[in-house]
Amino acid sequence: MADRAQPLIARAPGRAAAGLVLALVAAALAAVVWRAEPGRGMGPSDWAAVRFTVVQALWSAAISVALAVPLARALARRRFAGRNVLVSLLGAPFILPALVAVLGLLAVFGRGGWISAALNHVGLGPLEIYGLHGVVLAHVFFNLPLATRLLLQGWQSIPAERFRLAAQLGFAPADTFRLLERPMLARAVPGALAIVFALCLTSFAVALTLGGGPHATTVELAIYQAFRFDFDLGRAAVLSCLQIAVAGAAGFVALRLTGTEGFGTGLGRATRRWDAPGGALAVLDAVVIAGAVSFLALPLLAVVASGLPGVPGLPAQVWRAAAVSVGVALLSTLLMLALALPMACTAAAAVARAPGGTGANTGGGAIELAGLLGLVASPLVIGTGLFIWLNPVVRPADVALGVTALVNAVMALPFALRILVPRACEIATDHARLALMLNMAGWHFLRRVMLPRMRPRIGFAAGLTAALSMGDLGVVTLFADPSRGTLPLEMYRLMGAYRMDAAAAAGLVLLALALALFWALDRWGRGDAEA
Amino acid sequence: MKYLAFAAGVLGATAISAETPELTVYTYDSFVSDWGPGPAVEAAFEQTCGCDLRFVGAGDGAALLARLRLEGARTEADVVLGLDTNLTAAARATGLFAPHGVAADLDVPGGWSDPDFLPFDWGYFAFVHGTDITAPANFRALADSDLRIIIQDPRSSTPGLGLLMWVKTAYGDTAPEIWQGLADNIVTVTKGWSEAYGLFLEGEADMVLSYTTSPAYHLIAEGDDTKAAALFDEGHYMQIEVAGKVAGTDRPELAEAFLAFMISDAFQSIIPTTNWMYPAATPEAGLPEGFDTLIQPGKALIVAPQDAPAVRDAALAEWLTALSR
Repeated sequence: MADRAQPLIARAPGRAAAGLVLALVAAALAAVVWRAEPGRGMGPSDWAAVRFTVVQALWSAAISVALAVPLARALARRRFAGRNVLVSLLGAPFILPALVAVLGLLAVFGRGGWISAALNHVGLGPLEIYGLHGVVLAHVFFNLPLATRLLLQGWQSIPAERFRLAAQLGFAPADTFRLLERPMLARAVPGALAIVFALCLTSFAVALTLGGGPHATTVELAIYQAFRFDFDLGRAAVLSCLQIAVAGAAGFVALRLTGTEGFGTGLGRATRRWDAPGGALAVLDAVVIAGAVSFLALPLLAVVASGLPGVPGLPAQVWRAAAVSVGVALLSTLLMLALALPMACTAAAAVARAPGGTGANTGGGAIELAGLLGLVASPLVIGTGLFIWLNPVVRPADVALGVTALVNAVMALPFALRILVPRACEIATDHARLALMLNMAGWHFLRRVMLPRMRPRIGFAAGLTAALSMGDLGVVTLFADPSRGTLPLEMYRLMGAYRMDAAAAAGLVLLALALALFWALDRWGRGDAEA
Repeated sequence: MKYLAFAAGVLGATAISAETPELTVYTYDSFVSDWGPGPAVEAAFEQTCGCDLRFVGAGDGAALLARLRLEGARTEADVVLGLDTNLTAAARATGLFAPHGVAADLDVPGGWSDPDFLPFDWGYFAFVHGTDITAPANFRALADSDLRIIIQDPRSSTPGLGLLMWVKTAYGDTAPEIWQGLADNIVTVTKGWSEAYGLFLEGEADMVLSYTTSPAYHLIAEGDDTKAAALFDEGHYMQIEVAGKVAGTDRPELAEAFLAFMISDAFQSIIPTTNWMYPAATPEAGLPEGFDTLIQPGKALIVAPQDAPAVRDAALAEWLTALSR
């Protein structure tokens, strides 16, 4: 089939997109190295930063995913009022800007937080949140929802027919787990672990603030220090490469651990579960869902409570900045889709060439690893590299928003690919034979088969990207134009001017807008189906 | 075509027509924000200069210098405003600055005689606390107390670096001892001033590293007199914020006019209630009401600018060692 005149899916556009990402990262790194002056090189404190970064990212990824399994399982087999809203709201912590999230978390878990106040009533000292456990707690808060959504997708990828068969055969929950869910988890968990790990690698302000001191220095902070404090561009580039190597290794291990695809496909009808057990298991699921909701919702409530009073009095600049941010977020989403969709299709093409083979796991591998680059190469390094390239040609302020959108799109690529690639591979596996028999290849296959089935994933990926871009302070500070600041930048400016209440209100506006964008796009993707 | 012309008009709106000379001033981001001195300064200078003053914000003081070094001689900056004495040695070493040529009578403690850099404001670092606690009188008392403090990371924050230099100048070789004593008082270390101050106001700590002038904000802008700065008997470390003329500027006269304007009353009277620092040359009308309630340190500490880089690196190594245990 590989020799057919017209392949099922053209691979060139996806390869070109992956090549573009590679070229962007390589060009940025090269520019930074080119401008490097002799520096002090890597020191022991840099290696300590690498160690701490890897340790906290491992813990954060492991705990996030371990908690996500029972939560996703409960959400997959239960139907209740408000479930769809809950699944949408699950996106909220992930898209919160770091600073807003930290303030929200501390309002609950901090020394002056709600829990400490409650402990105080019963005569106990305040909660000590600062330390490695605080860093992990914050990262679990950020990433548990993402991991849950990724695993929930795994549950959805089990054809409805299998659950019906399981019900007919009288499977107990343990059997369902052993025969249907465990193999699915073997495919979904490594990828989720790798993506959360990569996200936590690049954490900086959150890790430092909740880590409680310089021992909580991450590689990203070391990069920032190399730039800002020592102006040692060479060291910044080395650290960025180290971060790429660590994330690349994690991604590679995840790919090797990923289990193989199950058997047979379904008709893609909505899953109905006959096996949701009652009794003790129903109570357990309820506890899991309630526990997760309170863990995730309380800090969000704190953000709302502290921001709400200031919203009516917000200065006009904040609303202007909000409009700018929405524009950047939408542009960034378009750029992400322009990169991610061809890449996902190329990954699927490998499967289409050998339907039923193991291509589903290896085909997307190289593509996904390329997608990881943009995130783990450090946005600061990419931004600086772009700055060095662009500065001689244009005024940095004139391209600030475009560059921000591009960097955000590239940063969101790893999540987008993790969401899109497995589904694209499944579709190719399930439909390649029939499509080729019908001589329906190329654009027709994409339009009639691939894209309609991808729609929920496209909506989810687009929603995440838009929201992520809304909340990112990122490179805009390097290129900033005072008159066209983004909302996160405006929020920092308010804080810098002592106006903490107005900043809290701006944070709430940011949360609401990011959530609205996420909700609208995710909702569009899901159509009438449920997640 | 019509749309293209419109788009060009929108994009070029900041460039103004060729007749009006443009003066580009690089500064830190909070200076240009709508709540900082930037907008008022721009309006005041444009009234007299017959020019268009354009501020470009870039992070904080250290990020500003990093940006300038990235751009090198090609920079479009005519003036750089917002470096401090910890950065002037490195800034001078880039060779990008020219003497400012402004003779001035300044009120900066310890005097000022730098040919390349001219101060526009200054302040003392201090620990800010609520008036409901009894503040310690020095670092040793603070270390012995069970008060909880939040500080900033010297690698990513100007006040954080200021504290490092403060302890080093006050205690010299025994600075590591002080840091070890403080270790159990430090709740956490934040990336920047905003995070630290925000956490302090949320009740996460008893004291936060800031400036002696911080209570003035609460008093003047919010009518809140429950914040105070702790007076330390070792003396307080100073931050002197300066501006310099870029050597490669194509508008040297305008740049000098701006620097002269910078220490005039029109500019200086804007500083206290927008940047919340002391003006480098006290305006004729004096300081705003409320500034008289602030603590007056008995001794102003500062490391000579040329020694700052070496002191900084040694102090950072000590700090990392003491707090990483």
